[in-house]
Amino acid sequence: MPLPINHGDAGNMDDVKIHLRNFASSWLNARVLLWFFPLAFLGVFFFYPLIRIFTLSINLGLLLEADTLHIAYNALGFTFYQASLSTLITLLVGLPSAYLFARYEFGGKPLLRALTAVPFMLPTVVVAAGFNALLGPRSWMQTLSSFFFPLSSAISFQFTGTLTAILVAHVFYNTTIVIRIVGNAISRLDPKLEQTARSLGADSRRVWWHVTLPLLRPSMLAASLLVFLFDFTSFGVILLLGGPGLATLEVEIYLQAVKYFNLSLAALLSLIQLLCTLIFSVIYTRVISRSIVQTAQRSPESNLRKPKSLCEKFFVASAVFLLSAFFILPLLALPLRSITRLEADRGQRGEVQTGLTADYYSELFVNRRDSVFYVPPMQAALNSLLYAGGTVILSLVLGFPAASALAKPTRLEKILDPILMLPLGASAVTLGLGFIVSYGRLLTNPLLVPLAHTLVALPFVIRTLQPAIASIPDRLRQAAASLGASPFRVWQTVDWQILRRATMSAATFAFTISLGEFGATLLISRPDYPTIPVAIERFLSQPGGLNYGQAMAMATLLMLLTTACILMIEKLRLPGTGEF
Amino acid sequence: MLELRDISKTYEGQLLLKNISFKVDSGETICLLGASGSGKSTLLRIIAGLELPDAGQVLWDSTDLFSTPVHLRDFGLVFQDYALFPHLDVFNNVAFGLKMKNWDWKKIQERVTETLELVNLSSFENRKVTDLSGGEQQRVALARALAPRPQLLMFDEPLGALDRALREEVLNELRLILHRTQVPAIYVTHDQEEAFTLADRILLLHDGEIVCEGTPADVVARPCSAWAAKFLGLGNVLEGVVRSQAGRSQVETPAGRFRLTCEHKHSKGEKVNLLVRPHEARSEANEIRGKVVDISFQQNQFKVTLENGLYVYLKDAPQIGRKITVKVVVECLG
Repeated sequence: MPLPINHGDAGNMDDVKIHLRNFASSWLNARVLLWFFPLAFLGVFFFYPLIRIFTLSINLGLLLEADTLHIAYNALGFTFYQASLSTLITLLVGLPSAYLFARYEFGGKPLLRALTAVPFMLPTVVVAAGFNALLGPRSWMQTLSSFFFPLSSAISFQFTGTLTAILVAHVFYNTTIVIRIVGNAISRLDPKLEQTARSLGADSRRVWWHVTLPLLRPSMLAASLLVFLFDFTSFGVILLLGGPGLATLEVEIYLQAVKYFNLSLAALLSLIQLLCTLIFSVIYTRVISRSIVQTAQRSPESNLRKPKSLCEKFFVASAVFLLSAFFILPLLALPLRSITRLEADRGQRGEVQTGLTADYYSELFVNRRDSVFYVPPMQAALNSLLYAGGTVILSLVLGFPAASALAKPTRLEKILDPILMLPLGASAVTLGLGFIVSYGRLLTNPLLVPLAHTLVALPFVIRTLQPAIASIPDRLRQAAASLGASPFRVWQTVDWQILRRATMSAATFAFTISLGEFGATLLISRPDYPTIPVAIERFLSQPGGLNYGQAMAMATLLMLLTTACILMIEKLRLPGTGEF
Repeated sequence: MLELRDISKTYEGQLLLKNISFKVDSGETICLLGASGSGKSTLLRIIAGLELPDAGQVLWDSTDLFSTPVHLRDFGLVFQDYALFPHLDVFNNVAFGLKMKNWDWKKIQERVTETLELVNLSSFENRKVTDLSGGEQQRVALARALAPRPQLLMFDEPLGALDRALREEVLNELRLILHRTQVPAIYVTHDQEEAFTLADRILLLHDGEIVCEGTPADVVARPCSAWAAKFLGLGNVLEGVVRSQAGRSQVETPAGRFRLTCEHKHSKGEKVNLLVRPHEARSEANEIRGKVVDISFQQNQFKVTLENGLYVYLKDAPQIGRKITVKVVVECLG
């Protein structure tokens, strides 16, 4: 292809114009190409399934059935109930924590902050397994209580299968949102505003009421809404830690679709779920856009200080202790439980040997005849890795062109941006249900799983790549070209050097998401091709100490793998780029 | 009447303020003038009660304010970045202090209108503070501090964020308002022009100590140290050695020998600092000479820099490279 501007005969203006026009039209074609594949993918695997769900759910006969209404009403009621309660408790835990992080300096602060953020990235099965190992029927706590009170069965308590378990896990997950959003707002408060208020005669109570609280209110509202949204669409936690009678919309969709094959009712519930999510998202966006701009913002550091008075020291010490315990214990109980025998294995008689064991891990490689799988459980890990690899490749192939187009969007393309982000708003179970109702015949094909995972991962991949691509100044490319670099060399020496980190980071994101994805996979994965989370769910739902131990072992492996990925993403994060 | 007695303050092991003592009389405007880092803002925060001194007392009408918290001191504060409440409109910003004092609604309305008139912002009552220009925001901040009729007003570099023309305008208004309301005021700045325009009395702060004190005219006419003369930009500061002291002292400097009378008697061989005022003075005995290396036009005269580093202001520009001789006033410093 000739260069658009030929430097040899710069005097010939007509030539230049024609070249420019050709260049512009080929440019336009290139833009269309950038968009074609990502949008086609979304159309086939997201919008078409949604339309199928929509048409399935419009079924007047079904709508008027008393049973239908009863199920929908109960599921919706319980979803709201548990989400509101979870949000409230998360705020009660999160607000003091946010204040702690925003105002005080203390030893181990970065570590504690990272620790509170870890659960947010962990797969739901890992969190559920962690709490199960800590407080479940075969847990440390159960063993401890029967050790101290061997004869009294009244002391033995129930954790899994209760609303408490769901609430605790939700708080564990979402406290970091409150810490980040509200903590950020607190640390950016201009201390001069409070000082001015005091100099104008306001005592500390009135400063709080008339100045601090109004300035923090938008961020508190935003955090609450986001937490509520996550609690509302939560699936894995409720399926694994909840029990009979504790079905949210998500769980009910799963049960109707997979257990009772009532796809119409599942579709109707999905529609209700989508509508609710849409409404909350709109409210959230409004709250965000209305947040107040301060005239002068402090750098976060200037608000930090060491605790001085006795009261402050007590607050900091107890908050640090409680937060550490809350966030460390479940994550510690899990790996420890996976290498400790606390009870008899299946078929074992007589005295139970408690102590360290590697059995749960070695058992993962054995294909037992009476096992829940037709394959050794380690095969599930291999499946997971293959699916994750596929998801990485597919989401990068689709994400790169979309991110390049969005890096310098035209007016039309700005409208396309939220469309690409839409799958974020749909729940995983809805995505899975969409696959079932649209491509039911293809369900025997294991390739569907990475496709579903790509739907979930694509928004994250685009959001990671887009700022990196946009950050490359054109002048850098022009400088390289003027120094004699060919277009490929320009790309290699300028673009790729900057994009390498972002690409790695995006790939790790896609990998982590695919590894931990639970909701959609549970609906569409074939029994003989389980993934790690699906395998953990099956182990947990089977009786016997060995199955339980294997669940612990697999969850531990998944936790370690995910944590390694999270650390890698943190390391790859470009300085100054925002957080999700 | 405010009085400070021997205020000292250390910050992270460094002595920030050393034995600061001064008084502010009713109706008086004091300017604390000093470079950044001289501790002037900290001093203001100590007076306001936002920080406590390590030693010394802040007294109001001879009562120690040590145990009086900020909100009961009744001292108004105006910051450089205005610190307007972004969630309140102009009216409610100005009314804030009155509400805190539990004034009744009608009196609040009257007072807010009156104060906004004083700062030329009538009809701004319902505007959002985030929509105002820098100068307007500064006036709202002033009105907010003035409204509750504080016993004392304090300004921390209030005009630092404004551009030059606007600064002059607001500065003149501020002078009139302070004069009209007769509120005693402490004004912290690093800008000597602001200090000269506003102050009844200037306190020059250097390394945590008050090094000069006096009316603006005093401070210019009799700078109290070489540092003060340099900081105020009063002219060329030279170091010299006393050669003889029969009658007028003769001082040898790198730029030549000068004859002058010093307040203190200096012994032969002693080092002294001299201030060479940069204006032509026809009836003087001392003169500076040298080759012209640089000329720049400033307001209505030329700043002429000589080979030896000295500068002088002249009505007419000489040619660069020519040798000139100018008669000047030379004074002893400190």
